[in-house]
Amino acid sequence: MKLKSPRARFFTSIAIGAVLLFISGRVDELRSYQGAQVAIFAIAISSIVLLTGFSGQISLGHGALMAVGGYSAVLVQSHLNLPYPIAFLIGGAVGGGAGFLLGIAAARLQGPYLAGTTLALAVGIPSLANQFHILGGEQGLTFDVGTAPSWIGKDFSQYRWFFWVAVVAALLIYWLLRNLLSTRYGRRWRAVRANPTAAALAGINVGKAKVLAFTLSSTVAGLAGSLYAMLLGLVAPLAFTLTLSFTLITGAVLAGVSNLGGSIIGAVVLVAIPEISGSITSHLGGSEKVTSNLPGLIASVLLVATVLFAPNGPQWPRRKHQ
Amino acid sequence: MTIFFNTLLVGFSSGAIYSLMSLALVLVWRSTRVVNFAAAGQAILSTYIGYEAMKVLHNYWLSIPVALLAGALISAGVEAIVMRPLAKRSKGTPVEAIAPVIATLGILGLIRSGVGLIWGNSFLQYTSPLSSKGYTFGHTTIPFSPLNAAIVIGASVVLAIFAIIFKFTRLGLSLRAASFQPEISRLSGIRVDLIRTIGWAFAGAASAVAGALVTPTTYLSPNSLDLLLVSGFVAAVIGGLESLIGAVVGGLVLGIGFAFILQYIGTSVTFSAAFIILIIVLLLRPQGIFGVRRSREA
Repeated sequence: MKLKSPRARFFTSIAIGAVLLFISGRVDELRSYQGAQVAIFAIAISSIVLLTGFSGQISLGHGALMAVGGYSAVLVQSHLNLPYPIAFLIGGAVGGGAGFLLGIAAARLQGPYLAGTTLALAVGIPSLANQFHILGGEQGLTFDVGTAPSWIGKDFSQYRWFFWVAVVAALLIYWLLRNLLSTRYGRRWRAVRANPTAAALAGINVGKAKVLAFTLSSTVAGLAGSLYAMLLGLVAPLAFTLTLSFTLITGAVLAGVSNLGGSIIGAVVLVAIPEISGSITSHLGGSEKVTSNLPGLIASVLLVATVLFAPNGPQWPRRKHQ
Repeated sequence: MTIFFNTLLVGFSSGAIYSLMSLALVLVWRSTRVVNFAAAGQAILSTYIGYEAMKVLHNYWLSIPVALLAGALISAGVEAIVMRPLAKRSKGTPVEAIAPVIATLGILGLIRSGVGLIWGNSFLQYTSPLSSKGYTFGHTTIPFSPLNAAIVIGASVVLAIFAIIFKFTRLGLSLRAASFQPEISRLSGIRVDLIRTIGWAFAGAASAVAGALVTPTTYLSPNSLDLLLVSGFVAAVIGGLESLIGAVVGGLVLGIGFAFILQYIGTSVTFSAAFIILIIVLLLRPQGIFGVRRSREA
């Protein structure tokens, strides 16, 4: 099935959305919650795919950029009383702004330096919450986007509504990114990733392309962060730990880091891991040590195994990107 | 003035720890061109092994060599089992540059959750027999304690042994040659793969000692060394990421810098300070104090 044109992609998105939203009426609250989680992780992972898979930069700090987006959304919503769709967009915009600044530094850095700098960011940013009173300290800030509007139907549960919001946002972002990646910007990024020197000789401003990719990726991460805040109902340092940043990378790698559609698979796996681990521990009967560490262990084993046995993701042998 | 010297001494003690961690990162970087984010994981696992050794031996000082040995073996294992096959497999694929970074992250996660699975996530006490109360001179008590002194001495001993090995032994010469010119080293009969694994083993030993020395000042938990990893990386960048002396100096500079920030600005900025120092160094002197300029260009 080849769906190349923007319009075809648009209708595909609408069709997928309609099916998902129809399904959402048939499942319980837990599944709706997990569905929303998958959609939000998919957005966040797609920001990593955009950055790493297409422009060849690496970030261990996207969890921190999600925190920037989440906190901004909560702050503008609570202080300026803006409608929350606008708060989400502002979350994305502030994330993008932070990413722009970071991107300027990042464009000058080669792999290991960039990885280390973003790692320091991932450790540093969440701790800022304890320094400024307005950020609410360790407890964080609550974020209540309210229930579904009444015109959408009666008895519309909370998580089903979150699922709708997240799915619509995810499909919209996918549609935009897909189209963007098939324009000259996408081609430039791929050229930069494949061979920066050759790209520069072909007239591409490598630095500019990298900064643009970083900014855009951070915008998407910021948006994912504000949606994540909606789902959790709060923003707090503990929601945006280093582990979150690592989780996103795991998701991106599991599905093949240069495959945008794969980020959905990655997100499903990430949400399924705690579930699988939970059923293992409930069958075998594990202590608290096991229940709290098995999900991380499964994710790490999958990550190492993927990198080792299929470094470019599971579909590398079939589809060779050049 | 006393405050100034006290801060300097305390900074020296934490700087010694950062130097060891930074040295661990630089050794791996020099031997395989990988920034080893798993260093924090390797250090934590060997510190837990040191903790177990202390329970058996009832002696903190004897548990440090055990941790050191464990660290060396773990690190060599990581290199031989994961990193070396990975370098061969990913060669030529689009992910060649990022695969090692991701693999070390995966190993970090693997070790952390493995450690949590065995020892649990609660805070354990890995204590040294020395007091963490400062020395008293006459009526004034300074913040620098016998424990701090032991950290400085322990780190110095390890660094001195490393320096002797690198400068004056055949093994040290092979290590330096293999990282400088792998092809020519291979032609002149050095078994480069083996030497690389040994480089990783030295790095693992350094980070294990860092973990075993720093843990008595805080507590032991699966991610209690995360900040040490970041500090070690910043120290390595200050030193230029290439130079062993740079790693040590970078660690001391960072430790003393942190101590002064803590003393004169406050505790709240410690986490962000690492990031800010890193950005400043990268903007002002991206090649580090001892680095060579070309190392960071495309």
